[in-house]
Amino acid sequence: MAKGESITQWNKSGDTSTLRNRKSFPTSAPNTPVSKGQSCPTGNDAQSSNGTSAQFSSRLSDRHMCTVLLVLVVGLSFSTRLYKITEPPHVCWDETHFGKMGSYYINRTFFFDVHPPLGKMLIGLAGYMTGYDGTFPFMKPGDKYEHHNYWGMRGFCAVLGSLLPIFAYLIVLELSRSETAALIAASLLIFGLAACSRPVEHKAVINVLLTDTGCITISQYILLDPILMFFIMAAVLSMVKFNQQVYRPFSASWWLWLVLTGVNLAGALGVKFVGLFVILLVGLNTVWDLWRLLGDLSLSLVDIAKHFLARVVGLILFPLFFYVTVFAIHFVVLNKSGPGDGFFSSAFQSRLIGNNLHNASMPEYLAYGSTITVKNLRIAGGYLHSHWHLYPEGVGARQQQVTAYLHKDYNNLWLVHRQNSNESQSPTPDLVRHGDIIRLEHKETTRNLHSHLHEAPLTKKHFQVTGYGNNGTGDANDLWQVEVCGGQKGDLVKVLRSKVRFLHRATGCVLYSSGKTLPKWGWEQVEVTCSPYLKETPSSQWNIEDHINPKLPNISLSVLKPHFLEILLESHIVMIRGNSGLKPKDNEMNSKPWHWPINYQGLRFSGVNETEYRVYLLGNPVLWWMNLASLGLYLIMVAVASVALQRGFSLSQKRKEHSHVLMRGGGLLLLGWLLHYAPFYTMGRVLYYHHYFPAMLFSSMLTGITLDILLKSADLLLRPPYSDWLQRAGQLVLLFTVLHSFYLFHPLSYGMTGPLAHEPGSSMAGLKWMDSWEF
Amino acid sequence: RKTAVMLQLPLVVTAQVDLVLVLVSLLAFWTRLSRLSYPNAVVFDEVYYGQFVSLYMKRVFFIDDSGPPLGHMILAFGAYLGGFDGNFLWNRIGADYPSSVSVWSLRLLPALCGSLCVPLVYLLTLELNFSHLAALGAALLLLLENSLIVQSRFMLLESVLIFFVLLAFLSYLRFHNAPNSSWSRFSWLLLSGASCAAAVGVKYMGVFSYLLLLGVASLHTWNLIGDHTLNVCVQCVCRFMCLVVVPVLLYVFWFYIHLGLLSHSGPHDQLMSSAFQASLQGGLSRITQGQPLEVAYGSQVTLRSSASQPIPCWLHSHRANYPVRYENGRGSSHQQQVTCYPFKDVNNWWIIKDPGKQKLVVGSPPQPVRHGDVIQLVHGMTSRFLNSHDVAAPMSPHAQEVSGYIDFNVSMAAQNLWRVHISNREAESDVWKTILSEVRLVHVNTSAVLKLSGVSLPDWGFRQLEVVAEKLFKGHSSVLGWTVEEHRYGTSQEQKEREAELHSPTHIDIDRKMSFWAKFLELQWKMLTVKQEDSEHKYSSSPLEWITMETNIAYWLHSSTNAQIHLIGNPVSWGVANLSLLAYQLLAAVYLVRRRRGIKDLPDAVWCRFSCLGCVCVGGWVVNFVPFLLMEKTLFLYHYLPALCYLYVLSPALLEHAHTHLLSSAIQRQALGVCVSAVLLTVFLSYRNFCPLTYGSPELSANQLQGLRWRETWDILYRHR
Repeated sequence: MAKGESITQWNKSGDTSTLRNRKSFPTSAPNTPVSKGQSCPTGNDAQSSNGTSAQFSSRLSDRHMCTVLLVLVVGLSFSTRLYKITEPPHVCWDETHFGKMGSYYINRTFFFDVHPPLGKMLIGLAGYMTGYDGTFPFMKPGDKYEHHNYWGMRGFCAVLGSLLPIFAYLIVLELSRSETAALIAASLLIFGLAACSRPVEHKAVINVLLTDTGCITISQYILLDPILMFFIMAAVLSMVKFNQQVYRPFSASWWLWLVLTGVNLAGALGVKFVGLFVILLVGLNTVWDLWRLLGDLSLSLVDIAKHFLARVVGLILFPLFFYVTVFAIHFVVLNKSGPGDGFFSSAFQSRLIGNNLHNASMPEYLAYGSTITVKNLRIAGGYLHSHWHLYPEGVGARQQQVTAYLHKDYNNLWLVHRQNSNESQSPTPDLVRHGDIIRLEHKETTRNLHSHLHEAPLTKKHFQVTGYGNNGTGDANDLWQVEVCGGQKGDLVKVLRSKVRFLHRATGCVLYSSGKTLPKWGWEQVEVTCSPYLKETPSSQWNIEDHINPKLPNISLSVLKPHFLEILLESHIVMIRGNSGLKPKDNEMNSKPWHWPINYQGLRFSGVNETEYRVYLLGNPVLWWMNLASLGLYLIMVAVASVALQRGFSLSQKRKEHSHVLMRGGGLLLLGWLLHYAPFYTMGRVLYYHHYFPAMLFSSMLTGITLDILLKSADLLLRPPYSDWLQRAGQLVLLFTVLHSFYLFHPLSYGMTGPLAHEPGSSMAGLKWMDSWEF
Repeated sequence: RKTAVMLQLPLVVTAQVDLVLVLVSLLAFWTRLSRLSYPNAVVFDEVYYGQFVSLYMKRVFFIDDSGPPLGHMILAFGAYLGGFDGNFLWNRIGADYPSSVSVWSLRLLPALCGSLCVPLVYLLTLELNFSHLAALGAALLLLLENSLIVQSRFMLLESVLIFFVLLAFLSYLRFHNAPNSSWSRFSWLLLSGASCAAAVGVKYMGVFSYLLLLGVASLHTWNLIGDHTLNVCVQCVCRFMCLVVVPVLLYVFWFYIHLGLLSHSGPHDQLMSSAFQASLQGGLSRITQGQPLEVAYGSQVTLRSSASQPIPCWLHSHRANYPVRYENGRGSSHQQQVTCYPFKDVNNWWIIKDPGKQKLVVGSPPQPVRHGDVIQLVHGMTSRFLNSHDVAAPMSPHAQEVSGYIDFNVSMAAQNLWRVHISNREAESDVWKTILSEVRLVHVNTSAVLKLSGVSLPDWGFRQLEVVAEKLFKGHSSVLGWTVEEHRYGTSQEQKEREAELHSPTHIDIDRKMSFWAKFLELQWKMLTVKQEDSEHKYSSSPLEWITMETNIAYWLHSSTNAQIHLIGNPVSWGVANLSLLAYQLLAAVYLVRRRRGIKDLPDAVWCRFSCLGCVCVGGWVVNFVPFLLMEKTLFLYHYLPALCYLYVLSPALLEHAHTHLLSSAIQRQALGVCVSAVLLTVFLSYRNFCPLTYGSPELSANQLQGLRWRETWDILYRHR
């Protein structure tokens, strides 16, 4: 059985390759049906039914048409995306972030972002190549670009965006062809039908993407999403192509598609962590594939091991290498101190030119009498800070505030004292050890770090931390026990490298930064408390960053320079924490995942008022609702098909093929949609409408397959000639709907001025179908 | 050895009693029920559930976001049986119960459920087609698990949840194993559905076990479709009814009882809508009883914000103006403050005025206000008009200030017209109705909407909540809605008389009912969305720590001695459970790969039994453990107990599998037998060892306690004397 299948598959893959290379024709079509004339329905001018004139010319024109269609798709795709690319000539929405980050690459300034660097590097590169000099500040949305060369960066994103419809076209073609392949070999009758009808159908699919206003809008600006979607689609396309190579393992094209899949996966992950979902999709597909190979008893275990290793190399090791390289370039390019420093650990900062830790030298071990700054280890935890302001009335005791502050400042300096303030006058000061009792005096105000049994201002279960005493004389509540995490009694405290906790002597609590922002009276700095819960968390761990002690020899901090893998790890932790730290604010209306498929609400890209040039990110509602409907339709169709198969009804060959396409091709796309959509329900971070776009790509392709099969099943209702007409009519109606809705909604993408949609004179008059749309 | 009683004529009773089962059950009752009223003090979360039990006894309405009401009701039922009157202040762990409280009855039902889990596990193993020895092993593991004993012996819900989950699986497997022909087996299916509903009704976590059971059931049903000897439709419909429809209805039924029981207003009223509150006795309904239904021109009303965040409040104004300059230097209109105030106050009264007329009394007949009408709102005590204008609001500068209009003669004309927009007019009516209608007030001049911003004003605003008017493009949001809560028809035109009228309570009498479904949906929605502040807890832990039992929980410490109760599992059984989980997965992987390569190690029936064991036990562990990894709430070790029970079923079954299918020689089998006996002995010894911490007696010395601290991370309390 396997052999027979492989022969047909050979034919089929030869067949597909003719489609692309136009070199050779499949040699096996011995069972060509005579009644060819009926097979190809009327309606396509390039392909009218030509009786018995051999399948040869019909195939030629099929391939011809496919090429024509592909060219058409390419042309339409590029023209819709590149049209009015320079409008509006000001910063739109998130361009303010990503454009700015592109500039940082050109200026080689270090910054922090929650996404991996590849996307921004490409933007920066595109800008650099097209003559943008990195001087535009990208301060806020609405700033005019004036003489700056911004079109290159936008154009780059738009070009990548234009490739999406083409990829979608090819993916759907591969998915459904692969499933109808056996059918092609079996009978040219059905091949004619399929070939004639499918391209038209696929064009509809493409139109779904081509004419989707949202998709256009999102690809026209300097954003990460077109780049991300490019890599996702490219990865899926290469995976599908790779699946096609199944009967030619280890051939050159097999390797090519395998490696391409890997590269694109790494690219997707390198742009945004959303790329993980497509990795999961490819991973599941690969596992399935390996499982299939394992069940193939004609393969020896050695063969299977080869297959396995090839995939490990192609899909894990190679992408990993690529991904790490991207980060290596990122760190090499960005070597100047910049706005992102504060997010990173002290060791990390020491590699940035211009940072005060760069090439700095200081005493290695913490000593009594030193002046220090203390940095909290949680992300954006800030430096321990105090200032000449008291806690207001009603907030604990009315003593001096102690906070955590993110910026470097004189008020971050603290003096380390012994418990019993008589400093030893010996030339070499004593070193602080694990378990020592110390007193921390604020250098600027001479108050001691103090805590007592009053509740903290925001975290009510913790104790308040204050500055107390005068000139270093306070009371027993000023004593703190130093504890090096993972250390033993007597261990020295290493500057920068040790994680230190400060246990309050009197109450037993631990110095803690809650991460909550204080109200105005606290200058919106971060709350510092003393937590009675002694669990080791980064919030209760601190490190000594600056350390000034003239009596001790300075050592160069270059010995602290972190290893590349350490930097890599740290930047990932910072990114992940930063991502989960993007919590929605209570008062803001934020987008919920269920809003997305129903197109509940879009995103305002630029412009609010009547006089401004407005661009609004909103999917073409007709298409999105059609996607949603066909998703439901797909589920019903699959359910019907699988129940029929399970029940053992005898189905015609054509129906079997259809249910196969539905289950395999459609299943893959449905899985892709689910993987790119469902995880958002569990995310606590703030979500935006544009997060749905990758899922939307899968949903659109699924629509293509579903509607195609639905229309092809028209003969369930009507007898043959009428069913063909119905099919044809359905395709035309679909095409017309798609084009017309694009015409209706195109101002959303290409910008609109004048009155808002609820007023009669607007270009969008009567199109505000949902109250929640804001145009 | 199956229990079966047959009645024959002449009267002969033949009975088969599984003595092992009986013995195990008796032991379970003994371990769980003995000395149940010791300690005679509030233990751990009893302090939490107790307050709800008290509220049930007093039939006072409450909202608890921790779970659906069935669990609370079961606890309350126990209290009811013991004659508890609800008069106990649940304020601190360790407080002694007075003699009037029957502690034994409070704890009886969870303890019974906990004891019944042991025979349930025994039967479940049998239904999974394993031997009586394996069943005995599972029952023993469960019997000697200290953490389960601790959790069962107090007024807590985990044991109840575990009981229902096990019952659901047992009855489903009974159904599945029964021959197709018998129709009585559907009673088992019905029981399974009912237990699922009960499990979900006790804790939301039950949902995951329910979903697993549905998954297994749908797989079985799917295989049924290919079977042409059956009437598939009838089978599917029956299963659907028993496993989906019945549980859903029962779940709603728990709420029906809950709402039926709690008929009095209470501390959580304010979270609910006015209509809901009005349906409770006392509280709002006492005030709103007999109010006129339709709001008319001249009506005196209080307007409650529909948002329950940050706190429920009423539109308010008072004789104080906005400061001329705010702290940050921005200017204000210096007109009278309008705020939202979370307490009942005479300053919450507003009068609806027809802009075209001067009078502030209701005409006869009253002229009702409808959707789209333009009105003015006059503050009852100060007679200022509700006004908004293009001045930035104090705390939310992007929005417009709302004030009580004072004419300072600075060419700032009054803009005090508001359009009434009834957002639920489809459901209710076009006429503005007290309590029922949710209204938006749209400012006519600027088309901004009156909105509660949720920010507190500083001291000059007496820390009340800020009210603004904001232009909104966005759709529905509860911060925009206002409902009339108190309402009466104004009769006095003179200011003095009116003030007196406002101070007097409202009167008259009509009854207003809310349908059960509306109440159910509102309550369920509120329970799922009410957010309580994340609280850290000294004994909270993360899910990954549960597997190795890194943490314990101190439940109770005697007020003067070292006697104490801890939630600590039996470390040996815990280890056995983890090992068997690992072993099963490895074994399953090996079998799967070998089968895929065409090597069948096991006969099909055995393979089927093996995979079914995995589906139920490993699947049960996964669905009861993995969701916690994604949760952000405070978690405790006891959340792991349901998952653990599945592993205790798995271990002996896996051993039996190894015994019959993996070990070939007699010597190996004997060795296995010896090992198992040794392990069981250690399980028993370790149970005995931790007994003092499980039962709270006898009291141990500090040294002995130190000896029980097997892990560094365990927190055992010592009292220094």
